[in-house]
Amino acid sequence: MKADPKGVLTGSHTLTGNHACAEGAFAAGCRFLGLYPIVPSLEISERFLERAPEVGATFIQMEDEVSVLAAVLGASWTGKKSMTVTSGPGLSLMMEHLGLGIMLETPCVIVDIQRAGPALGMPGRPAQGDMMQARWGSHGDYEIIALSPSSPQEMFDYTIKAFNLSERYRIPVALMSDAYVAHLQEKVVIPPAEEIEIEPRRYYKGAKDKYLPFKRDKDFVPRMVNIGDGYKFHVTGLTHDDRGYPVMNEECQEYNVHPLVWKVRNYVDEIIEVQEAETEDAEVIIISYGATSRAALKAMEQARKSGIKVGSLKLVTVWPFPEKRVAELAKKVKAFVVPEMNFGQVVLEVERCSYGNANVIFVPHGENGVENTDDLLSAIKQAVQADKVESVIIEFNKGV
Amino acid sequence: MKAKETKTQEIQSVPSKKGEIHPMENLLRMDRMPHIWCPSCGIGLAVTAFASALEKANIDPNKISIVSGIGCTGRVAGYVKLDSFHTTHGRPIAFGTGIRVANPKIKVVVFSGDGDLIAIGGNHFIHAARRNIDMLVVCVNNFIYAMTGGQVAPTTPLAAYATTSPYGCVEPPFNIPYIADSSGAVYVARWTTLHIRRLINSLAEALQKKGFSVVEVISPCGMYYSRINKLGDGLDMMKFYHDNVEIRHGEDTKNLDIGFQTKIICGKFVDRERPSYMERYNQWLSDVKGGSRDEG
Ligand SMILES: Cc1ncc(C[n+]2csc(CCOP(=O)(O)OP(=O)(O)O)c2C)c(N)n1
Repeated sequence: MKADPKGVLTGSHTLTGNHACAEGAFAAGCRFLGLYPIVPSLEISERFLERAPEVGATFIQMEDEVSVLAAVLGASWTGKKSMTVTSGPGLSLMMEHLGLGIMLETPCVIVDIQRAGPALGMPGRPAQGDMMQARWGSHGDYEIIALSPSSPQEMFDYTIKAFNLSERYRIPVALMSDAYVAHLQEKVVIPPAEEIEIEPRRYYKGAKDKYLPFKRDKDFVPRMVNIGDGYKFHVTGLTHDDRGYPVMNEECQEYNVHPLVWKVRNYVDEIIEVQEAETEDAEVIIISYGATSRAALKAMEQARKSGIKVGSLKLVTVWPFPEKRVAELAKKVKAFVVPEMNFGQVVLEVERCSYGNANVIFVPHGENGVENTDDLLSAIKQAVQADKVESVIIEFNKGV
Repeated sequence: MKAKETKTQEIQSVPSKKGEIHPMENLLRMDRMPHIWCPSCGIGLAVTAFASALEKANIDPNKISIVSGIGCTGRVAGYVKLDSFHTTHGRPIAFGTGIRVANPKIKVVVFSGDGDLIAIGGNHFIHAARRNIDMLVVCVNNFIYAMTGGQVAPTTPLAAYATTSPYGCVEPPFNIPYIADSSGAVYVARWTTLHIRRLINSLAEALQKKGFSVVEVISPCGMYYSRINKLGDGLDMMKFYHDNVEIRHGEDTKNLDIGFQTKIICGKFVDRERPSYMERYNQWLSDVKGGSRDEG
């Protein structure tokens, strides 16, 4: 399906990451925003509200982030593509309904503009400290899809991608950005509507009294209907059968919850997107996502100039994690260098998927500026000098 | 992962001989009976009253959605044959707000317990009332957290026993109509499950109201409230309501506190007009745009 031209601001613009995200949402067909104000995500909401009347979108500012995501889920069941935008403190409050969204298999997009934490932290300082929370923050077993943009253009592109994935897999999708990318202003090219591919909601089309809200189709995803279309369906956050009725036994727990995991795991090859540069002959590969990818690519070029064969693996999809590809590359390289604006989150996955075949050097990144490459270059030098594989993540040390 | 046959069964209607159809079959999920509620519980009466009110108010069952939170009353959404959602503890009003704002053609009913709506969901309750979201909230008040086995609720009367107030409740309870009224609800009533006819009338009236309406339904909980407080069974509770309810329409909601085994004042206390959220939203929209969204 092609994008509805009503939401597509075709042309070349200079936009902040946040404004590009709002435009991406409109282009993707998002017509409902639930919000609770928080720095550094505010400009997404402001742009959305400003343009909502002409696009024909609706919004509501709720009383907290708990209610925001509840409202977004309710809105999604009316057939409107729905999203919310927040930052760490809000994401924490959303964990309850992230779980409900997973259990009710409700498409929606959660944009998290990460800021330094814990607690209130430093609202304006970029960070990547919520990556594991997005993956594991709600209780129980589930898989999640999370994307990470590194520029305003990617904020636009990946917001659309997030909506498409959420409809395809009937799952909440997290767009994990940060204060740096959100406030960066760059050129953003918005294509004509007919060039934007949109994943339509997968609806049930059968008899009204035969609808089963959780009966999986061939693609593993149950079909949806809208509130008000006369199906009189029921859904529950309790463990349920195909009818959406609660069933409290072991067998149904498996029947219900395993597919929540496998509907993602069985399709990782379709879902996962990475961008590789110069990995072919690389001795060292920088694995990065979001804002740190900008420094990673620069560091790669600088290292290549000084004669070190460095490549880059940029994660577009952080969750599910591209474990197969990382495992393959681990056998070929001496080391992975992983910059993150946190104290080590995605690096744990890199280490796990290396299976001891490559050194993993973690670079806590951003203190000297997000695009500064000094620490990365030192870590790369350290990586090529190491003559054996350590069994632990090597913490990059400024003194070395 | 292979789908197991038992779970993919087709929706079945309970077989009924000709002429023996349950009068509310078209509004209840008969394939889910028997329900989970204990003998002497009043929630079933509240559901029956609601189903009658739907018919009385002539509401199109295809254009109404019912949302419940968690608790014994939270199970109501699962037994009513409408687009129905069993959500999270305390959040049905927030969930329903999303439905209503995203599609103003849908009438939203929230059916939940006092703990769900007034304790963990208290903030959503007052804000939905303030916004005047078009929504009917049916709050079944059994003075206790029943689903979890009888803990103190925000409505437990002072000195009443609960498993978490073994020496008697030391917290004063909320007066639900007073919160609803002072937060901006346009329709506020209270009945007990003994007052079925009046309850049906109130629910039907509230269903037709534009804006945030609250109907509190005082209900016996024989299993967890009456037993620990030695108040007898469901019938004794009904008898208590019969002897101790005073109907005072229009009573100032300040005066509606309920003590331990004290008089319970019932009636319709608030019935007023105030622009609803969607009315104000549409006004704003036509001011900025000269266009308007669908009226709900
Ligand atoms: C977040 C969360 N906390 C606690 C619970 C446990 N819990 C389930 S029902 C309930 C209380 C329900 O009480 P009330 O709303 O008065 O309903 P009743 O069962 O009395 O009808 C609680 C505390 C839960 N399900 N979720």
